[in-house]
Amino acid sequence: MLELYVLLGLMILGAIIAVETRELLSSIISIGAVGFILCVAFLRLHAPDIAITQLVVEVAVLIVLIRATIGRDTAITSGRGEFRSIALLTGLVAVIVFFAAMGLRCAPPFGEPLLTVSGTYLETGLEKTGAANIVSSVLLDFRAYDTLGEVTVLFASVAGALLFLRKKGKKTENG
Amino acid sequence: MIIYLLCFVLFGIGLHAVVNKKNLIKIVVGVAIMEYSMNLLLVLIGYRMGGVAPIIDRETVAGEFVRLSVDPLPQAMVLTSIVIGLGVISLMVSVCIRLYEKYGTFDITKIKELRG
Repeated sequence: MLELYVLLGLMILGAIIAVETRELLSSIISIGAVGFILCVAFLRLHAPDIAITQLVVEVAVLIVLIRATIGRDTAITSGRGEFRSIALLTGLVAVIVFFAAMGLRCAPPFGEPLLTVSGTYLETGLEKTGAANIVSSVLLDFRAYDTLGEVTVLFASVAGALLFLRKKGKKTENG
Repeated sequence: MIIYLLCFVLFGIGLHAVVNKKNLIKIVVGVAIMEYSMNLLLVLIGYRMGGVAPIIDRETVAGEFVRLSVDPLPQAMVLTSIVIGLGVISLMVSVCIRLYEKYGTFDITKIKELRG
């Protein structure tokens, strides 16, 4: 229990550094640290599948972000006007705290999951799907349409990124 | 309950970056932080104190496993969410690269001035 608090505290610290530092590259490295600490937290929460996926995705995000910033002007021109929308932020935080308090009142207490639907998955997952890993049996068998939707979204985002980054067909200065 | 609130603190840091920062890459970083916090919150809700990972091995007794394992459903959904987050972030970064090619800066106030 204590180590979860320590990991979450480290994540908050890394997030503050990532947001407030002036160098873009150190900001990206800090977000990488936050992601890897999150990976350790997932391992502590008995979720090895998510920990592996988080590790792979974090490396990919780091590569993408470093590719975006390297060789460009990484010095930040911050300073004045940083808190131009403090009223907006306060309003947003108030709304989020209100709805979080409402939602967390209905949430089960920490350490005692509800297991209304997933109790069935745990009981019958092995004999119905033959997979010893219940997470992959949910992902690939009980809720396979969700995985199909995930792959569709991933394909759409890759197609969009290729569309944004293409060189061919781009308008030049003189038409 | 305090651990849920710490997740919301992390979410607030990401929101602060999205609303207040002027650099496009900082905004992407803020979105990534919000995504991490929500994934962690969902996995925390499915956690069982002193539980085991939802993987059946030879020693597991069939009736015991339901009362021992952590909730597998949030884990499966968060796995989907993490992969979609990668797609979202790479799409955002490609928009940022394109804006940099057009305007030569990541600063959103300068991009706003150079509109048109």
